[in-house]
Amino acid sequence: MDNHSNLLDEALGFNSKARVSPSGRVVLIEDSVETSGSFVLHHLMKHALSLNCSGIVLFVALAQPFSHYDRILRKLGCNLVAQRDNNRLFFFDMLKLGCLDGDGGKIIEGQLLELYGKIQKTIETDALPDQSKNPITIMIDDISLMEVAAHGSSNHVLDFLHYCHTLTLGPGCSLVVLNHEDIYSSLTGPTLILEMEYIADIVIKAEPLATGLASDVHGQLMVVNKGIIDENGTLRTKLRNFHFKVKENSVEYFYPGSQS
Amino acid sequence: MKEMAEPICRVLRDGALEGEHAPALMIKDSMHSAFGLDVFNHILCSLASNISAGKSQARGLVLVSLNRHPSFYTDLLKSRGIGVASSNKLIQIVDCYSDPLGWKDRLLDPGCITKLSPKATGTLCKDIRDLDKLLSVILELGNGLVGVGQGKIHFSVAIDLVTVIIRHTSLQSVSRLISNLRSHDQVSSVFWLIHSDLHEMKAIAALEYMSSMVANLEPIGQSPNEQRGHFEKLLWTEQNSNKGKFHVRFKRRNGRVKLMSEEFLVEQGGIKFITVSSGNGMIDQSLLPKVQFNLQLSEKERVDRAKVVLPFEHQGNGKSMQIYDGRRSLTEGHNNLSTPASTTTKIHTEADCGKGEIHYIRDSDDEMPDSDEDPDDDLDI
Repeated sequence: MDNHSNLLDEALGFNSKARVSPSGRVVLIEDSVETSGSFVLHHLMKHALSLNCSGIVLFVALAQPFSHYDRILRKLGCNLVAQRDNNRLFFFDMLKLGCLDGDGGKIIEGQLLELYGKIQKTIETDALPDQSKNPITIMIDDISLMEVAAHGSSNHVLDFLHYCHTLTLGPGCSLVVLNHEDIYSSLTGPTLILEMEYIADIVIKAEPLATGLASDVHGQLMVVNKGIIDENGTLRTKLRNFHFKVKENSVEYFYPGSQS
Repeated sequence: MKEMAEPICRVLRDGALEGEHAPALMIKDSMHSAFGLDVFNHILCSLASNISAGKSQARGLVLVSLNRHPSFYTDLLKSRGIGVASSNKLIQIVDCYSDPLGWKDRLLDPGCITKLSPKATGTLCKDIRDLDKLLSVILELGNGLVGVGQGKIHFSVAIDLVTVIIRHTSLQSVSRLISNLRSHDQVSSVFWLIHSDLHEMKAIAALEYMSSMVANLEPIGQSPNEQRGHFEKLLWTEQNSNKGKFHVRFKRRNGRVKLMSEEFLVEQGGIKFITVSSGNGMIDQSLLPKVQFNLQLSEKERVDRAKVVLPFEHQGNGKSMQIYDGRRSLTEGHNNLSTPASTTTKIHTEADCGKGEIHYIRDSDDEMPDSDEDPDDDLDI
């Protein structure tokens, strides 16, 4: 992947010399059936594990097992097994969340509390044993599955997210969550995705092209970065829209019409 | 300060009248214009600086933080020059953010030490579902701020996101909390933020009834629906990415409702309010309904109107003016009243030139002057 001028990094504020935002950021990736946003998740995972970031990633997997991510990230040039051994990646396999069926509400609350407890304990004992200030990134690969496990109760999911948020307050820390936009499209009123848009500082929407399928453009990304602080110290909301093409071991980002 | 959010700040500053509910402000926003927190912060800072300058009825402020860590607010107040040392005494924070459901507490027992527990900034609330407890904590902190036994001293209460409490409890319990706060005789003013699209209409309406002021944030222009195309949607989002419309509804005690509108612009230094001049012809024209008669003035009519000398203006003929204000009894008026017996009063505003006459028929002598409200109600004295 072209590391030094990438529209996504730019939109996320990774490239800029600007200060790191003072407190933890919440990144929400919204995708749809036609256009998967998981490549953004891979990109963010790689960025958080990269050398110049020196961060620690806690990955809560609800959709895919470790071997899946290992294979993909390897192609992107990042060895997850090695990172796991170095205590920089902590992988929580939660594919069976909610499977212990019973009295839905109570069980899932207990499970989420337990999961949160594991995350908190990991941060306290393994990841940051000496209170070092390495930035923490908590990633959740498909929060809608947590809602499914909670029998559609978004309250439990929001409680869990809130507690994760309290862990990522430090400088450079972030909470990255993937959710699907279209599964809420016919619902009115408070949906999980709307609640999450309020929490999020950065919303990345992966959508299919409005004009239909194309072979050389796989979709478009809209990045809304709330409250970015630029070089002059002014705070602004930055809105970016560009197209992308997912290749075998990289993703191309370009402005509409700039690809001949 | 000359922006329009000022009347709100003034009402919150002046506080409650003896025997009346405390003024309450609800700030509501929606995803289309999600700048409620900026407005909240603006009003919080304004009230805090009034409190620290001793200009307000309230001597202290209790802030319930659900949406942000308390340190966010202490940093904010510090950045606005409201000294932390003094604000510590004046502002108390109930921390409902760090552990709202007591999870961290429950995880504590197997002998593990929490290194992460952030520096305690405020009183920790470990169960936000217990609103009676929350109310007593707020009142306790308020009393601690202003000191008990020094007569009746007031404090204000701010809740940074009511949405969270409603999600954990019910509308009824939240209404009870707010109503208890408003009617408490030491509470000077209350204000809170709510995300309107995360609640049913009835919840918003119920809380609007309990507010004497409602500040509503709206996007500029209609939201294009999905069919209108991607580009238009993008443009609209871009347009509303740092500004929007700010509507305020004031409810007076006598039931009168006053509406005000402004635009706001969010910057790093905070939020700025811009008065929208009502003489913006282009917008007015498009908003006017299509009617058969003429609502607008032509340029000539406008000029003619400007030339009219109004009766209360100085006429420049050296004579003192006499304006009938409805208060003097008829027998007092001497020369200009034609027939005191009939209840017709003539005022010759232009001496006896006979050019203009105003006929005023009075119903009875004991009629009060025509306005029933205090004309100095919103004077800043």
